[in-house]
Amino acid sequence: MSQDLIYCTTGIGLFALGLYGVLFVAHILRKLIAINISGIGVFLVLLATAKHEGVVDPVPHAMVLTGIVVAVAGTALCLWLTVNIHCRQITQQGESK
Amino acid sequence: MFNKLEFEENAKKTTRTSRLIKGLSAVTIGLLGSMLVLSVISAEKAAPELAQTALDSISLSGVENPVTAVLLNFRSYDTLLEIAVLLIVAVAMMPESSRNTSLTAANSRVPTHPVLIGLIRCVIPLSVILSAYLLWTGAYAPGGAFQAGAVLAGAGVALLLVKRWQLNYLRLSARAFMALGLAVFVIVAATVIPATGRALNYPADYAGALILIIEVAATLSIAFVLILLVDQLLNMANKQVKPQDTQTEGLDKS
Amino acid sequence: MLSLTIDIILGCGVLLLAFLSLFSRDLFLAIVLYISLGLLVTIAWARLDAWDVAIAEAAIGAGLTGALLLAAWHKIKEQSAPNPSTSEQSTPGQAQNVQ
Repeated sequence: MSQDLIYCTTGIGLFALGLYGVLFVAHILRKLIAINISGIGVFLVLLATAKHEGVVDPVPHAMVLTGIVVAVAGTALCLWLTVNIHCRQITQQGESK
Repeated sequence: MFNKLEFEENAKKTTRTSRLIKGLSAVTIGLLGSMLVLSVISAEKAAPELAQTALDSISLSGVENPVTAVLLNFRSYDTLLEIAVLLIVAVAMMPESSRNTSLTAANSRVPTHPVLIGLIRCVIPLSVILSAYLLWTGAYAPGGAFQAGAVLAGAGVALLLVKRWQLNYLRLSARAFMALGLAVFVIVAATVIPATGRALNYPADYAGALILIIEVAATLSIAFVLILLVDQLLNMANKQVKPQDTQTEGLDKS
Repeated sequence: MLSLTIDIILGCGVLLLAFLSLFSRDLFLAIVLYISLGLLVTIAWARLDAWDVAIAEAAIGAGLTGALLLAAWHKIKEQSAPNPSTSEQSTPGQAQNVQ
């Protein structure tokens, strides 16, 4: 039982939870939250394997930093599309009435 | 499962996925997870060769913080493309209609709470100073362009939440501001070609200065793009009160 | 031993928050729980000596993603509500626009 094992297990657990959530949670915002939780799990595994005894590997750190920013950009784009699609659906419903 | 976008908050009862499928998927995902954990337990820890290589060549990179060195020197293509991704998202989320206002516009009719204004007056200068500090310490301690940009964007978002000030993202100056980070990065990448023969391969003597230039430009662009993302999501419906316009516009474009 | 206990508690807390955030009834609660999950993960990254990532996660991952999710949630709710209740719920500035 060591520190990296604990965090690897947590990360894998987060990934599994997020995967289940993406499949079976209904609301679209919850699906996005689930994708982000999966991403956090992946980052956690990467960083847990980056810590060696005495040496901290900077390469996974840089990759995770890049990943965080790209994840936020992707989430923002998804939310923007979601709100636009919803706006259009509401408009169509209003017209059909 | 993915046929229809669900917007209803209490839609649990309407989902048609059967319990069998849900249970089977849960078991499968659980098995996958436990196998991953087992593989982590049984795998031998790799020797940190890459880490040693990276840490040994820190002195060549021009900065002392290993993460900044990897981000902006050893693996700078990643960062270049990441800034490009941010710019693409910003382009995708640009507002459609142009307002004939200058880059920043103040709307003095919006009522403001004195507490909010007082908080803003304290928080915004502090955030700007913190952002500059993070940018500067990124050379030798945790910090760097992304953290500084995010803090600066937080300050900007707080300012826009008062709804008294607006930014016009379609002005040429705003668009130039957003593209600044990528442009400076590409220009630096190209100008080092005669000196070292390869793009993004900085000469060791000037590496620190070049990285600082890239980081300043990237910080400003990242902050502006993040402000655009939040502001568009926050204020979009105000501009789409007349939904028929947006629909015809969308059809024209498609 | 103490540090391992902290790690285990942190890991369990992260998993618990993720579970609650995914399966809570209220969507607003889910988003707020996701933000707090981001903040707890920040502590986990500090424990893993990833200070750069911890700063970025606190600022971008927890802060900005939470703001984006809350903004989208508010928009969707506002659009779904029929017009009379929209003008009641929204802020004074927006109500003027609707009327």
